[in-house]
Amino acid sequence: MSADKRVVITGLGATTPVGGTAPQTWDALLAGKSGAKPLPQEWLDRYELPVTFAASLDQDPSEVLAKVEVRRMDPFSQYAMIAAREAWADAGTPDIEPERLLAAIGTGIGGVHTLLAQYDVLKEKGPRRIYPLTVPMLMPNAASGVVSLEFKARAGAHTAVSACASGAESMGMAANMIREGRADMAIAGGTEAAIHPLPIGGFAAAHALSKRNDDPQGASRPWAVDRDGFLLGEGAGVMVLESYEHAKARGAKIYAEFASVGMTADAYHITAGDPEGETQARAMNEAIESAGLTPSDIVHVNAHATSTPVGDIAEITSIKRAFGDAIDGVALTGTKSMTGHLLGAAGAIEAIFLAQTLHERVIPRTINVSEVDPEIADMDLVIDEHRKLPDGDLAAMSNAFGFGGHNIAVVLKSV
Amino acid sequence: MAQSDQEILEGLAEIVNEETGVDAADVQLDKSFTEDLDIDSLSMMTIVVNAEEKFGVRIPDDDVKNLSTVGDAVKYIKDAQA
Repeated sequence: MSADKRVVITGLGATTPVGGTAPQTWDALLAGKSGAKPLPQEWLDRYELPVTFAASLDQDPSEVLAKVEVRRMDPFSQYAMIAAREAWADAGTPDIEPERLLAAIGTGIGGVHTLLAQYDVLKEKGPRRIYPLTVPMLMPNAASGVVSLEFKARAGAHTAVSACASGAESMGMAANMIREGRADMAIAGGTEAAIHPLPIGGFAAAHALSKRNDDPQGASRPWAVDRDGFLLGEGAGVMVLESYEHAKARGAKIYAEFASVGMTADAYHITAGDPEGETQARAMNEAIESAGLTPSDIVHVNAHATSTPVGDIAEITSIKRAFGDAIDGVALTGTKSMTGHLLGAAGAIEAIFLAQTLHERVIPRTINVSEVDPEIADMDLVIDEHRKLPDGDLAAMSNAFGFGGHNIAVVLKSV
Repeated sequence: MAQSDQEILEGLAEIVNEETGVDAADVQLDKSFTEDLDIDSLSMMTIVVNAEEKFGVRIPDDDVKNLSTVGDAVKYIKDAQA
């Protein structure tokens, strides 16, 4: 791998609980909009779910996809396709040899809607009625498969599956593969469509979800003293990554440089993070060093910050450990306060937000933090209003951590 | 619940359109599923599953390979309903 080979971001696409495109989502973040909505009444009538809301998509996929695409793709692949098409168009619909283009779309769970719906078919109508596309729809690599097919990406089609780190890991792997010379461009990101009574029931049983049923839009409140869990979201984020030489040669618009990724594993507990923060901190330090930087060069972190009582504190412990004295210069924000937690798409949309932050020179604020947890009151949190960033060279980081002990830190630089 | 050829053709055309995106008007009796309508074997199975449900018939896998044109399928379904 050529460490000095630069990789840049030349296209952005997203479909999220607050907007149907990447620019719409960004505008919603600057407007402080929450994506929380009530669950379908049918589910509430049928099940006594302990949580009655989630952050479902702002735009129905059937508004932008052909009917047959909606029928033949699980929602998680539909979302990836929508975001990938937007990102590719945003990159200028480049001409590229199929052998020099790769796809990398991660997911936490995969086609859970298809799996559960077809299980119902099996029980109610028997095996003869099972939809013949069931397996190619539910497999977690379906999204990278359909994206590879759509754009003729033949350098490889990859799928990181690392729970809530999947999207960030896919982008980091794709950037590294461009550095290795395996491709000149990549369509990379994460996607998730898990708003269904079963995952909701499962996350609620694990006490991971906020139960603020009387105030869904206030449910996601990272770092607030009264936070009580995350807001389940869905959607996809996809970026076009490209070697700097390739981007310059075709005169592409560049949002930011994808400088590096740090990846570690906890090997501590299947869901809880290392309380000392050593492994998360090592992912951050590895990313900073790989980018040729020191902690004092990082001005901003888009934190994982899911709004769980334990997770938010653990991440702050890790950030303090990674940055040491340089922590004073780091402004933190938690955009999950607005989007909710998109699981396998979370790290992907947050890396996109980071690119937009560096490009637009403004950090979106964290909403709903009426009272900061006293344990983290010493941190520089962007909570009251957006924070403008100065001109000049800047570097910033995004964290994504997943059940299973996966720690991913991404560093972007302004261009 | 026997249906006319025309009713079966229209119902089949609707399924083909939903499953593959092929225009329902292109689904005519003389059209070959593979040659004319570009329908692959997996998509053909999705059509069969839906046709069984819609027309209340059973189309065993061994018979599916003999249904090369839309007309073959319409005739098969009509005979099975009789």
